[in-house]
Amino acid sequence: MPFIVELIISLLIVIGGLFLLVGSFGMLKLRDLLPRLHAPTKASTVGVGGVLIASMLYFWVERGHFTIHELLITLFIFLTAPITANLIAKAYMLLNVDPHSDLPPSKQNEGWATFDPVGPEGYDPSEEYQEKEN
Amino acid sequence: MMKRYLPHPLLSLALLVVWVLLANEVSAGAVVFGAILAVIIPLITASFWPARPKIRNAYAICEYGLVVLWDILVANVVVAGLILFRKTESLETKCVVVPLELTSPEAITTLAGTITMTPGTVTIDLSADAKSLLVHCLHAPDAQGVIDEIKDRYERRLKEIFE
Repeated sequence: MPFIVELIISLLIVIGGLFLLVGSFGMLKLRDLLPRLHAPTKASTVGVGGVLIASMLYFWVERGHFTIHELLITLFIFLTAPITANLIAKAYMLLNVDPHSDLPPSKQNEGWATFDPVGPEGYDPSEEYQEKEN
Repeated sequence: MMKRYLPHPLLSLALLVVWVLLANEVSAGAVVFGAILAVIIPLITASFWPARPKIRNAYAICEYGLVVLWDILVANVVVAGLILFRKTESLETKCVVVPLELTSPEAITTLAGTITMTPGTVTIDLSADAKSLLVHCLHAPDAQGVIDEIKDRYERRLKEIFE
């Protein structure tokens, strides 16, 4: 393996590892759940991304077969991580947050969906979907 | 006919491509099984996707992806600095309200996901009439600046793609 490729792979692994470490350290250092949510979103982007690109390069140059699996892993993480973060935040808010004193008002006719899931009076979102289907 | 058996052609195509990539070879077996999945999965999940989102402007999608990747890189360094070198008490953690101009559910979902994946901001809620996002910021001395950045960098581009 040429030295320059080896260097790039090592750099990617080290950088990825550093960001994963900082992400874990953030989980430890930040004390409330909502700030804590920021740590894993960081670890799952540059940290995991760096390690995955390094893995792809290594198998491509060293073993001679090109796999696209690492890119797929990145894609799946990008699809699932925001949803997980949102569900955790919603569960936390239902248990610990008072929508009237702790959250800014939505500046719209309706409140925040976690606390005020029903829209305008008599409005049922599922009816709208049925209409569109027909 | 087409609409009944292939309610979401783009989703079907994406499923087929992802399956072939997972198999990591373009063989007849992988393509046939991928095609079967590409027909069945959209049919089963069709009731979750009542409308067919219109996507135009492939160039805008590439531009959006690159902008988001670059922002993720920059924001990662910024947030890592905040975590390592700032005292927890000195961080100005707050929630900001981002009023939305987007109306399509797919566009709003993409925007919310993008906000979560760029470190430093997490989307935590949506107003019941889907006209505002509640965004939690790790360190935002200038709340209006965060809102303007989200609207200018992401929402404007998503508007070009979806609407």
